[in-house]
Amino acid sequence: MSVLVEKADLSLKYTAHYNEVKESLREDSADVLNVPRNKAFQDFVMQGIPTRKNENYKYTNLQPQFYPEYRFIHRREPAKVDLNAVGRCDVPQLDTHLAYIFNGWYYENNKQVGQLPKGVILESLEKMAYEKPELLAKYGTLANTGDDPLVALNTAFAKDGYFLYVPKNTVVEKPIQLINFLQANQDAFVTQRNFIYVEEGVDVKIISCDHTLNLNKYLNNSVTEVFVGANANFEYYTLQNQHNQTTSLNSVFIHQERDSRATTLYSSLHGGLIRNNLKFILDGENAEANLYGMAFIDRKQHVDNFTQVIHAKPHCQSNQVYKNVLDDDSTGAFAGRIHVVRDAQKTNAFQRNNNLLLTDKATMQTKPQLIIDADDVKCSHGATVGQIDEEALFYLRSRGIEESKARLMMMNAFAHEVIQRISVEPLRDRIDELVDKRLKGEVARCHECAYNCEC
Amino acid sequence: MLTIKDLYVSVEGTEILKGINLEVKPGEIHAIMGPNGSGKSTLANVIAGKEEYEVTHGSITYMGEDLLEQSPEDRAKAGLFLSFQYPVEIPGVPMVNFLKTAVNEHRKHRGEKELTAGEFLKFMREKMEMVDLHAQLTNRSVNEGFSGGEKKKNEIFQMALLEPKLAILDETDSGLDIDALKTVAHGVNALRTPENATIVVTHYQRLLDYIIPDYVHVLYQGKIVKSAGKELALQLEEKGYDWIKQENGN
Repeated sequence: MSVLVEKADLSLKYTAHYNEVKESLREDSADVLNVPRNKAFQDFVMQGIPTRKNENYKYTNLQPQFYPEYRFIHRREPAKVDLNAVGRCDVPQLDTHLAYIFNGWYYENNKQVGQLPKGVILESLEKMAYEKPELLAKYGTLANTGDDPLVALNTAFAKDGYFLYVPKNTVVEKPIQLINFLQANQDAFVTQRNFIYVEEGVDVKIISCDHTLNLNKYLNNSVTEVFVGANANFEYYTLQNQHNQTTSLNSVFIHQERDSRATTLYSSLHGGLIRNNLKFILDGENAEANLYGMAFIDRKQHVDNFTQVIHAKPHCQSNQVYKNVLDDDSTGAFAGRIHVVRDAQKTNAFQRNNNLLLTDKATMQTKPQLIIDADDVKCSHGATVGQIDEEALFYLRSRGIEESKARLMMMNAFAHEVIQRISVEPLRDRIDELVDKRLKGEVARCHECAYNCEC
Repeated sequence: MLTIKDLYVSVEGTEILKGINLEVKPGEIHAIMGPNGSGKSTLANVIAGKEEYEVTHGSITYMGEDLLEQSPEDRAKAGLFLSFQYPVEIPGVPMVNFLKTAVNEHRKHRGEKELTAGEFLKFMREKMEMVDLHAQLTNRSVNEGFSGGEKKKNEIFQMALLEPKLAILDETDSGLDIDALKTVAHGVNALRTPENATIVVTHYQRLLDYIIPDYVHVLYQGKIVKSAGKELALQLEEKGYDWIKQENGN
């Protein structure tokens, strides 16, 4: 009974808040963002904050994450420090087009973007919604508010985030790096909405890093829609490194046209609760999707990767490799859904999830799900949950390597399969090093953070 | 160097070794032969320190110290080496990292300076020639995708790098073609000194044509039932193990 009341209270709280701010949300926002708001919020109310009864959220209880009295950041607020100075990334030799996002807002003082190739736009979504609405014609078409309450809530609150447009046949040589900072003077609810539009024949790599700059509680609900044109190559690397009071909810949707390749790789190094929703739609022949992920969690942390790959056209292939190392009382989940629609013949879909439990208390839930409506397809999936291979450990020790060092080598080896998929070499080396530090129990931060918090 | 006294060992409640006695002195080569399931590999693994084996009685003394008290890594650093019957594939652990770490752990233990990456590569190249190991294999993960013969050569290669005082070769010859067998035997012989000793555990006599033992022991049903010079191996080759079984009441 009390749970029901709390649940109702929780939804009422968000409804009351929306009613309070819905007029002001429209201010400074273009129609593209404003038109879907009310319907999105209705969709949110219909679905509510997901409970474990929602099949898609069976292994992640989000209710407690929505209880705290967060302050909502619905307006652009200036950063207290110059982010260009704080966020100097110490990934050596990583020469990128760098932009900051502050509490979900595209930072107004970005100075390190540098010279982008002709026609490429990296800007604030809020601004582009006014200036280039034609490029946002597909806004909201992937992130369906009726399918997921987090997407609905994001769409209702969406004000800003980053916008990236890469015109036809443009090769963006240097990776585009987006550093997302969270910093508020009290517990905060952050909404970030991103939009990526990559045209035919484009080659672009994105590195997205999530960080917290102080110890307040944060809930970040972000949605990113990505449109990948024919024969384009799109790579998206995410580094999640936030403190243990953070709830990080990320929904990424990727639509691929024919002959395109899209690769995502999530490295979850730190975070309280991380939920990564990832949906690929292979909507043209000969498209290839690669989904990789690795998480290293301890204490009471929780990581849940939820993937969906829709094979909508024939001759496409998808590969998924997710690896988790769980220590202490941490919990993890992986659910991967592959849907091969009718007539998507000659589909080749592969999925694997391997998990290493370092204690008896750590738990992992893994659930593959295949929905196959075509008859000439090749699909395979596999999942393992286990401890470190004792035979291999003995082999290393029998050569004089200390047990702790041998364990570390084995854990690094476990992660290596994912790390080696990173095509940007300095990033690969840096992540390799961060993972090593993380596994050694040293705090691994990917930037020289001025706030030396113990998070 | 190595003294085993009245050793009893169980695995998951089943007694495998039932009173082993063995004395190995510097410079000696001992062959331990016997039919499958007689406990040969168990003996090799117990000496190396594998944990699931429970020593219920007896002792193993190595270089004057109680070996059973030591961790596998400490035994290795004290100069003990086991060439595995089934070398383990460890995907993701690069060969070079593994070998360099192992060599440097040994050097640290001896109070020597650790080798830099460059120094190590030079050292490694010298030793590789000895076992005719293809250079490309060191770019892979430990034993991953190695053929049976390459795995065994890799064991001897590691032995060459670590220069053990006492090497135990557990079925290093099984499954090898004659060229690989010769290479392995050549490596073992090249590494011999008057100070170090070798225990060759094998099912077949063939290897002993190339590595000449000083003593041959026959292990049967957890006990050493016969010990003699190298002529015993030839006798076993000729007559098989049946006469041993008959002599021991089976």
